[in-house]
Amino acid sequence: MLVPILKQGDYLIASVQSELSDADLLKLRDDLVSRVGEFRSRGVIVDVTILDVMDSFATRTLRSMAHMIMLRGAKTVIVGIQPEVAFSMVQLGLKLENVATALDLEEGMALLDRQTKGDTRRG
Amino acid sequence: MADENCIPINSEVDIVTARQKGREMAAKLGFSSTELTLIATAISEIARNIVEYAREGEISLSIGQQGDKRGIVVIGCDNGPGIPNIKLAMQDGYSTGKSLGLGLPGAKRLMDEFEIVSEVGKGTKVTMKKWVQNHAR
Repeated sequence: MLVPILKQGDYLIASVQSELSDADLLKLRDDLVSRVGEFRSRGVIVDVTILDVMDSFATRTLRSMAHMIMLRGAKTVIVGIQPEVAFSMVQLGLKLENVATALDLEEGMALLDRQTKGDTRRG
Repeated sequence: MADENCIPINSEVDIVTARQKGREMAAKLGFSSTELTLIATAISEIARNIVEYAREGEISLSIGQQGDKRGIVVIGCDNGPGIPNIKLAMQDGYSTGKSLGLGLPGAKRLMDEFEIVSEVGKGTKVTMKKWVQNHAR
């Protein structure tokens, strides 16, 4: 199932609506990496609240996605990892190294605001 | 409950089906929500191994009983190329495919029992079990 991507100001918000197959995840990655350029976005939020499984493939895809988006000049925040999912990721030995995470959408937005708008406040 | 469920694994879409079916069966057995996630994730990993290395195979789910323990038994089998060195395949970070190499050792950590039998050129069979904890009954 496709993940809708919303543009909100300088950010893109991808809110996962159902369980994702591998192909869906790869599509989401490719879409976000290209849309960041299309909309000149500074940040991307991926909301995974709905996901009840994040296995090695999902984790690796999110990590590579965040890295690609970083190379395109934007920040990524993964929000909404459920407690059970966090527990299982740690048991499995999965790491989201160098990928920002936040509790929910609101916290994710706040984190992006701090990271992408911090510089402008000085001037 | 004569629940036995066999899910053919022929493409990556079937991975999602297998873990959903596994979660449903485990929920009926009374596992906690954290355990349901662990079971679903372990199924996802072995189903992905089937797709990645053998292209096709199947996952069968059944209810296991051992003494006064009840639990879920997940068997993943395929007629794929087999694993030449199981010891190596069970090491964290070892992979001949494009994965992180955490699939098999990771699945083992998520479950209570884990057994793998493989013969090169014949296929691989993974049997994993998780027992319902007493406090959850």
